[in-house]
Amino acid sequence: MLHTVNKSPFQKNSFDTSLRLSRKGSDILLIEDAVYAALKDSAIAKTVKQAVTTHSIYVLEPDLMARGLQPARLIKGIQIVGYEGFVELAVKNDKVQSWL
Amino acid sequence: MGAIKKFMYINRTAPYGSIYSLEGLEVALIGAAFDQDVSMAFVDDGVFQLKKGQDTSKSGMKNFSLAYSALGDYDITKLYVEKESLQARGLTVEDLMPLTYEDQDDDYQEKPSIRVVDSEQLADIIAEQDVLLNY
Repeated sequence: MLHTVNKSPFQKNSFDTSLRLSRKGSDILLIEDAVYAALKDSAIAKTVKQAVTTHSIYVLEPDLMARGLQPARLIKGIQIVGYEGFVELAVKNDKVQSWL
Repeated sequence: MGAIKKFMYINRTAPYGSIYSLEGLEVALIGAAFDQDVSMAFVDDGVFQLKKGQDTSKSGMKNFSLAYSALGDYDITKLYVEKESLQARGLTVEDLMPLTYEDQDDDYQEKPSIRVVDSEQLADIIAEQDVLLNY
């Protein structure tokens, strides 16, 4: 299953819940304000670094760019995808769960 | 015209994910026309509004970050950024747009508008305000 998250991890617990309620090895795509979860050196970076070892974490490039986040500022192991990659993830997985 | 009041716009939301950030900026610019003592505070995810390098070309949204540089021309010269909020997000003042204003009360030099303050200092500044508006 593909899990998408669209809320800032500093404002809502959607990202934490997506980790807790997704099976290990599943795909998690960070979109909209959830892209802030990918920032290194943040207060939640430790959680995200751990998540990269148990899940495949993706982040949507157009939303990163809009917010001025450069790839060099992201936690290692997070994969950057464009809209095409979003579609591929949605097609590859049988279902999509959106954590709002 | 009555006495000048201290107005502060407190911004706690990230840009683009909701309309709050843009609304807060627009209302601050509109309010500036009324010759009041206006300041803005950027707290929690609000600090992301000032992140430099915003590029909406691939997402099709309006890049309103450029409008923050107009604040100085509208006499909004005090942009308080909470240090603790920056730190929790792995940011420093170098990550923010270099916003300035022309100091017409002193030497007409361009001076930085962004003032990084800690929670205690910001609490004091908030306590001194007459009107607080939240976005």
